[in-house]
Amino acid sequence: MSILNRETPPQFNGVDNIKLIHPQASQLANGCKIFTFDSGDQDLVRIEFIFNNLKFDTKKPLLNVATNTMLTEGTSKLNAAQIADTVDFYGAFLQVDYSYDHSQVTLYSLTKHLRTTLAVIKDILTDSIFPEKELETFVRNQQQKLQVSMQKNDFVARRIFNKALYGETIYGLGAEPEDFKSLTRADLLTHFQQMYQPANCTAIVAGKADPEILNAVNELFEGNWGEVTAVVDTKQVVADPSADRFFYQEKAGALQSAIRIGTPFVNRMHPDFPALQVLNTVLGGYFGSRLMANIREDKGYTYGIGSGITSFKKAGTFFIASEVGADVCKSAIEEIEKEVNRLKTEPVSEEELSLVRNYMLGSLLGSLENVFSHADKFKNLYFAGLDYEYYDRYTDTVKNINADRLQELANKYWNFEDFYKVVVGKY
Amino acid sequence: MVKFNRFKLDNGLRVIVHEDSTTPMAVLNILYDVGARDEDPEQTGFAHLFEHLMFGGSVNIPNYDGPLQRVGGENNAFTSNDITNYYITLPSANLETAFWLESDRMLSLAFSEKSLEVQRNVVIEEFKQRYLNQPYGDVWLKLRPMVYKNHPYRWATIGKTIKHIEDAKIEDVKAFFKKHYNPQNAVMVVGGDVKTEDVKALAEKWFGSIPAGEKYNRNLPLEQPQNEERRETVHAKVPLNDVYIAFQMEGRLSPGYYAIELMSDILSRGNSSRLYKSLVKDKQLFSEVHAYVTGSMDTGMFVLEGKPLDGVTIEQAEAALWQELEKMKAEEVPANELTKVKNKTESTMVFAEMSLLDKAMNLAFYELMGDADDFNLETGKFLAVTAAQIREQANKLFRKENSSTLVYLAEKVEEPAEVISE
Repeated sequence: MSILNRETPPQFNGVDNIKLIHPQASQLANGCKIFTFDSGDQDLVRIEFIFNNLKFDTKKPLLNVATNTMLTEGTSKLNAAQIADTVDFYGAFLQVDYSYDHSQVTLYSLTKHLRTTLAVIKDILTDSIFPEKELETFVRNQQQKLQVSMQKNDFVARRIFNKALYGETIYGLGAEPEDFKSLTRADLLTHFQQMYQPANCTAIVAGKADPEILNAVNELFEGNWGEVTAVVDTKQVVADPSADRFFYQEKAGALQSAIRIGTPFVNRMHPDFPALQVLNTVLGGYFGSRLMANIREDKGYTYGIGSGITSFKKAGTFFIASEVGADVCKSAIEEIEKEVNRLKTEPVSEEELSLVRNYMLGSLLGSLENVFSHADKFKNLYFAGLDYEYYDRYTDTVKNINADRLQELANKYWNFEDFYKVVVGKY
Repeated sequence: MVKFNRFKLDNGLRVIVHEDSTTPMAVLNILYDVGARDEDPEQTGFAHLFEHLMFGGSVNIPNYDGPLQRVGGENNAFTSNDITNYYITLPSANLETAFWLESDRMLSLAFSEKSLEVQRNVVIEEFKQRYLNQPYGDVWLKLRPMVYKNHPYRWATIGKTIKHIEDAKIEDVKAFFKKHYNPQNAVMVVGGDVKTEDVKALAEKWFGSIPAGEKYNRNLPLEQPQNEERRETVHAKVPLNDVYIAFQMEGRLSPGYYAIELMSDILSRGNSSRLYKSLVKDKQLFSEVHAYVTGSMDTGMFVLEGKPLDGVTIEQAEAALWQELEKMKAEEVPANELTKVKNKTESTMVFAEMSLLDKAMNLAFYELMGDADDFNLETGKFLAVTAAQIREQANKLFRKENSSTLVYLAEKVEEPAEVISE
């Protein structure tokens, strides 16, 4: 028997053949679009009802988020307690989620109880009444939660950063306690009636989504949505970013400083987006990234540092974020600048690039854990107005991009001088 | 139902294989039977610091992360008071790379001084980020020593103080490795697109020659039952008052555990729970309120936490929490309400089967507790709980002389400094 060679890594294989499950598309007569992913062994299903947010109103900045969050608080048939009782009794999970562009209601249910649990969702989406008393509770509790969040440096840094980049828009929104006080039941109702309309709704069904399940969805929602009003304005606008570039909020006694650095950026719709994701991964997109290797694993300045690209309908952001020891904040920012600039001046070695390629492909494969993840991939495409060709282009780019192209992109898109820099803590 | 095969190597390493051909990925999860409870009281935080050092290179492989990322894999780890768990996910075609990496660091680490120095700093920053630089972040540093007077659960996994981490020496690292990181003290689960026969061959090849090492025999000081009410009030720079009440409870392995966990669900799981409905919605006393169990192997904690609204005194807040606890003691939970939390537990288990990594971690954990098969029996144990058993546990737990109350009183938070921009 030969002696085991522990120094040489085993042979390995590249990642090929990433197969994405495509949905079945259908549409209800009332305009609600349905995409179905029927797969999986477990007798359960996830149904998401996704709505475009209404155009941002600077005078009533919290309407989108408040309307969404309060959807669980009562309909004319069911009060908040009854909604919660029914959902929990049948072992289901009901979630409301707000993001910059969309608001959604998600139901996770065992298929055997779907008709009962889905009826509650139907009630919520078509007949929410936003009781006055529940609104008062919501406002009070949100104000308290905001007070706690405002003591967290990373939360404050993110707010200042978004405000600098996007100003008085839905992307720059940072609520103040007074904003909650201006919420009224009448405004919520109007907002609800305009926004939660079938024509503004995309339903995504994933799991054991056999015809029986789809029938349940169709029967409940087809023609049962109540009064259907005209298509509403869901266009968002972007504002000019701030002329200032550096923002500092001192926190007495801070042990760490939150840093957020970045710039408005192209989003998923742009042809360069997949290549920029490779560039971002090299810089700060995974555990072995340059920012982690230098600022955590070599200097020990932080528990974690990373960079990312977020893609919105009307905007995109490139950002670097970390919380670092208060005494090393300046040094950390200098190192961040060095790492950004190094990608502009030196080509990435083939060894590093091949590692990043394999890592990104393995990560894509690993992100397709179950039928829900396939549905999530579809959402990335669908709401960016893209089709599955995007993922072919993405994998091609990851496999074939070279060091020259990465350097060219770094020079085209990154100018550290011009980046927005936010520090909360000590500087 | 999560099916698996099981075998043991001659050196004592327990191996579990869960074949799941619906995924192109594989998971390799290794649980080491060591946690913060196994630390020297003068060297706390060591199990967790050690977890960081496990990524600092092993005897034959100078860099752990790079070769794994190169084959499309990802990894992470966590340390609790009871266990340390490491996991890798990667395309199944590259499974052997995971065996190569994990076996080498079970064989021996590189014990690099540079790695120790850097990870000491990283962990100190983690200490600051999670425990010191957050409102209420230090709660476990304060509450644990109130609930535990003898058992090493009296310190948090991060450690009692930053000083213990600063003082860690390379000799301590070596000794800790020798004591805890050997095949006898580990459970390995391999799951996903794998075949048991292949896993057997790979396990023999890469782990078979690692010396068994010495068996670590745990002999921890037991926590004596609590017989006096404990209370502490801290004035802190936090925006809101906050009340914690912790009770000692039986450990994870005791038969009473299931009734206690369902009791925490009745009190606090979801918007239909008692505390939320009664104290947040109806009586409007709290902005948020929670109840949960720590699920510790030895004597555990049942914790209540709530942030009272402005204008509600600490006395009123505590009285309201106790009123709910007294109700649990006095009246049996109605059948409907008990069915509700059981249904939720059952469906949660079904949803958990959607995640390969969750399945692998659970199999390892249940094997450590005695038998991986118990993972599949878990739902049944919850379903068998009766209202009488819950009431009995409520009476056992919710006594003033079994309580530790920690109150945060908000000192006026300074107005935030102006944002300076240029």
